[in-house]
Amino acid sequence: MGETKKISLSVNGKSYEEEVEVRFHLADFLRQQLGLTGTHLGCEHGVCGACTILLNGRSVRSCLLLAVQADGQEITTIEGIAPSEDEMHPLQEAFRDNHGLQCGFCTPGMLTTLIEFLGDNPDPTEREVREAISGNLCRCTGYQGIVAAALDAAQRLREAKGA
Amino acid sequence: MKPPPFSYHDPSSVGEVISLLGNLENPKLLAGGQSLMPMLNMRYVLPDHVIDLNKVDGLSYINENGGTISIGGMTRQRDLEDSDVIKAKCPLMHDALLQVGHRQTRNRGTIGGSLSHLDPAAELPAVCAAHDAVIVVQGPNGERDIPFAEFPIAYMTPATEMDELLTGIKIPTWAEGHGYAFVEFARRHGDFAITSAAALLEVGEDGAITRASLTIGGVGAAPVRMSDIEQALIGQSGDEEKLRELCEAGREIDALGDVYASSEYRQHLATVMSRRALVKAYDRATGKA
Amino acid sequence: MSGWKVFGSRVKRLEDPALLTGQGRFVDDIILPEMLHAAFVRSPHGHAKITEIDVEQARSMDGVHAVYTLNDFRPHLANERLVVGLPSPAYKQELDRPTLADGEVVYVGEPVAIVVADTRYIAEDAAAIVIVDYDILPAVADCRAALEDGSPLAHSTSPHNILAQFDMGYGEVDAVFESAPHVYSESMWQHRGGSHSIECRGAVSFYDPTEDLLTLYSATQAAHTAKNVLIDMLGLNENQIRVIIPDVGGGFGPKLVFYQEDVSVVLAAKLLGRPVKWTEDRREHFISTTQERDQFWEVEIAVDDDGKILGIRGSMIHDHGAYTARGINLAFNSALIVSLPYDVPCYYMDVVLAVTNKVPVTPVRGAGHPQGIFVMERLLDRAARELGIDRPEIRRRNLIPTEQLPFTKGLKTRGDAPIVLDSGDYLACMEDALGRVDFDGFPARQKKALEEGRYIGVGIANYVKGTGRGPFETVTVRIGPSGKIMVYSGAAAMGQSTHTMLTQIVAEYLGGDMSNVEVVTGDSSVVPMGIGGSASRQTVTAGSSALLAAQEVRDKALKIAAHMLEASEEDLEIEGSEIRVKGVPDLKVGLGQVAHAVAGTPGYALPGGIEPGMEATKNFMIDDLTFVNGTAAVEVEVDPETGKVSFVKYVIVHDCGTVVNPMIVDGQVIGGTAHGIGNALFEWMGYDESAQPITTNFAEYLLVSAPEMPHIELGHMESPTPLNPLGVKGVGECGVVPAPAAIISAVENALSPFGVHIDQVPLRPPEIVEKIQRAKALAS
Repeated sequence: MGETKKISLSVNGKSYEEEVEVRFHLADFLRQQLGLTGTHLGCEHGVCGACTILLNGRSVRSCLLLAVQADGQEITTIEGIAPSEDEMHPLQEAFRDNHGLQCGFCTPGMLTTLIEFLGDNPDPTEREVREAISGNLCRCTGYQGIVAAALDAAQRLREAKGA
Repeated sequence: MKPPPFSYHDPSSVGEVISLLGNLENPKLLAGGQSLMPMLNMRYVLPDHVIDLNKVDGLSYINENGGTISIGGMTRQRDLEDSDVIKAKCPLMHDALLQVGHRQTRNRGTIGGSLSHLDPAAELPAVCAAHDAVIVVQGPNGERDIPFAEFPIAYMTPATEMDELLTGIKIPTWAEGHGYAFVEFARRHGDFAITSAAALLEVGEDGAITRASLTIGGVGAAPVRMSDIEQALIGQSGDEEKLRELCEAGREIDALGDVYASSEYRQHLATVMSRRALVKAYDRATGKA
Repeated sequence: MSGWKVFGSRVKRLEDPALLTGQGRFVDDIILPEMLHAAFVRSPHGHAKITEIDVEQARSMDGVHAVYTLNDFRPHLANERLVVGLPSPAYKQELDRPTLADGEVVYVGEPVAIVVADTRYIAEDAAAIVIVDYDILPAVADCRAALEDGSPLAHSTSPHNILAQFDMGYGEVDAVFESAPHVYSESMWQHRGGSHSIECRGAVSFYDPTEDLLTLYSATQAAHTAKNVLIDMLGLNENQIRVIIPDVGGGFGPKLVFYQEDVSVVLAAKLLGRPVKWTEDRREHFISTTQERDQFWEVEIAVDDDGKILGIRGSMIHDHGAYTARGINLAFNSALIVSLPYDVPCYYMDVVLAVTNKVPVTPVRGAGHPQGIFVMERLLDRAARELGIDRPEIRRRNLIPTEQLPFTKGLKTRGDAPIVLDSGDYLACMEDALGRVDFDGFPARQKKALEEGRYIGVGIANYVKGTGRGPFETVTVRIGPSGKIMVYSGAAAMGQSTHTMLTQIVAEYLGGDMSNVEVVTGDSSVVPMGIGGSASRQTVTAGSSALLAAQEVRDKALKIAAHMLEASEEDLEIEGSEIRVKGVPDLKVGLGQVAHAVAGTPGYALPGGIEPGMEATKNFMIDDLTFVNGTAAVEVEVDPETGKVSFVKYVIVHDCGTVVNPMIVDGQVIGGTAHGIGNALFEWMGYDESAQPITTNFAEYLLVSAPEMPHIELGHMESPTPLNPLGVKGVGECGVVPAPAAIISAVENALSPFGVHIDQVPLRPPEIVEKIQRAKALAS
């Protein structure tokens, strides 16, 4: 084993103390060391966005972070989006209702990116949604279902807040 | 595509960084990681040491003081994008930032990292060139200023010495109400600019240009200030046909050819983007936009 | 759909809850105890002889368990080469891939050795210090140059660079062209790139000595094909190998192919006695996963004064790459498809497949149809322009009218079956699309835009695509004593909602409760044979088998229930998981009870002298393709100063027969359209003169992202086919087929003030600017 470092971090609300190789990127750490395989690797050079997670609430590419850089940070992955095991987040429901996924491989990145985006922009236009996910590539859907899901989710979240 | 083995360091002060740079063989600085990490993953670089700047104190700030904006090298592009100071006092940078990569890359990418990396197609170096920014670096002998025109010395090579760290950027602001525009041609939203043009204008009451800055990016190792066009613009109005004529000089620019575009195409775009940037900047200066 | 419980509705997908919560299980998610990781040493040269491979340093690195070359694998291989080419009389030479390089490498990316280590990180460290001595040989980098006298040989042991040559045609072509009033010729370059599913390839294999069973988890589109190739190559029998397809993150064609890496991973697992995982990274996908590439067409169209087609003829050169990884089908499809929706009285096409020192070429979504359609639509546009006929009008005069269907075309499929256009109304479809894009109002819009200094254009393209390729796809429907309905099939899911599709069909006949159905696909152990996912075939083939199997199980269940309830079959209905007497809900029996009744109890006869078991296995046989059709109509704006193309409107009206789930169908068409837009304007897999790939990452090779996509307006027509009991046709590849033709037509129309003519796809901004500049220079 190469040079390692001890890190403490919180992932989806759970605390971890781990020793990790310093060259391990964060995506591999989450997937292989923590067993959270929901975050996917599509390119490992920061373009496809399938590895996107939330770092202290901000969407970032986990293939472009070293695991050791997550020391002391809070991470949310796709596994942490649903409020509970029996209930999905309105965004996830909207994806299901609007056919926002087909193979599901880009979906982790789409969801985390949109969670941040909708938090900052509760009432976006279609154009704004498309630009928000410009850093997330999908080869299956042509994006239309994803955009519809995002706009639907925005409405559901606004209604929930207003109610 | 996994990084090669290296030793990892996470200093907490600029002094520590400089000391490490002076003592380590074959180190690489890690800022936002949006440029270095792909290179590490693809093994295009094989550093023996990675010096992580993300825990260094005091390098993230945006201050404005008497006509100069001071930005810390580790300030995230996202924070610059959201900054009211930047929107008000350096709107060219805000304009440019909206075209820099994607939300996720701006959340991590830093201004210091982008400037040190000096990708020919990057937007922030062009903004610095346009504004005659000053790069502040710190080394074992203290701090020094490098005017941006002297900062890129070769392809992706800044004037920072091996044991120096870029710590800040000083941007002289333009007069309130000045015109600005950052226009780029990219294949897709967020892609690197194949060719970009950054324009700054001050326009008098009579509609005549009193001050001009025009920078072409994406064409070579450094963004290019089109000083001949800048001089010719003084006294001109925003007449588009006249601007078109003046911007033809852009076709003479030295431009690189690569998998994205030939040099001829970049030269052609230089004339188009510069004209469009000037038109937009003029409209903004005269309140039409 | 009235009267249906779930069939035909926009039911939510069964695949979604797991995928949305990060609970999917893709091949790289599979983590087994003691698992090791592989990386490959790959050729950095387009063509070279290997004089020596020194693995000692790599082998002795900490954490490395093995480094294997072909020499190490040889004793364990019954066959060293992947012989997978679909049969054809057209082959001029057989070029099959060796498991690992055999003394000569013929494309950048060809696997030379496999390194197995504790982690992928270490495996890559070791791979970097495997020392391979290469003697560089001249490389063949262009498929046209490959055929010229004096060209270097792509394989030093080959007599030439012709992989295959064939022609196809019907009618008195030469005579027709001699006497035709108008003949127009075109030279076209067409290029398509790779699949670029967001999940790359991958494999996990392990050997269980207790069962003497090798298991391969593979992100493949065909489990049984993989199994059969392994049986052949490793000298196994059917009980010794099991292939399982986990969740797959998109396939699009290249994952249908079986690869050297798959064999190597399985062998490594066997030899090491530990599970071995290999995950392809994106750079590897660019240089080692099959892809489409160049075709050069020289074609002519003969028409009369009214623009009626008299004949089409020409020749085409196709870049096959360095080996045969699938067959000649891609080139064959392209030539076959050209005339499909139109009445073309005579036709001739000569095709040469050239061997080059590049990654092997096999079909990507669309499989030759986009290219054939492009040829036809460009020729029609040309004829229309020359004769001063409206582009829709020339198509009206030549589209096969619906009254003439079924229409037998002059050409045969690769299996020598006739091509019969079974159902569809091509004219009505085109008219619908023209209406939606307001084609009639366009000239006025264009004129106004031009006055404002803006260049807009409109284009249309009609397509027909053969789908539902046979001969079959097995489905077993079985109800066990638990009452759960199990569905097993050799079909493969890769994101196209196969499980939901099969569940909707089966549930419709067995109670209507989709949650009571469980589908297992892509497992070579659950059904004996399978073909897998490709050619938009599975709804037709597996769907039809599922329907017949479900109906048979239903009939049997009702028969037994009638016996148990002492009622007549006509008085019974299946609701949820129960069979009950209509109108008397208390008189019922559970599906599980019924299954139990025919499971057999020792010493007791089965009720009513019936056969045991509540199951049916069906292989609905299909010889003929069923043909979908559609029309894409596109309005674009071109910035002549930069060459940028943006979309004003994108319409596609399509007909895929009976629709099982409209939501899923829409998703397929829109997804395919995005891919087609990529092919038209963005995607180029570039190589230099030494056959070095020069676009090897996602910054250099451009996939369409959300802002580049227009909002797609979809129109639907439904012409069920008589060729299968569901009336369905395949839809997975529809969107991609007409996109390049319609978009290029629109761009050419937008640039008509300059007199620009476009004969290529993809078309990039620098090329548009250059064409305008050239046209201007010619004019002045």
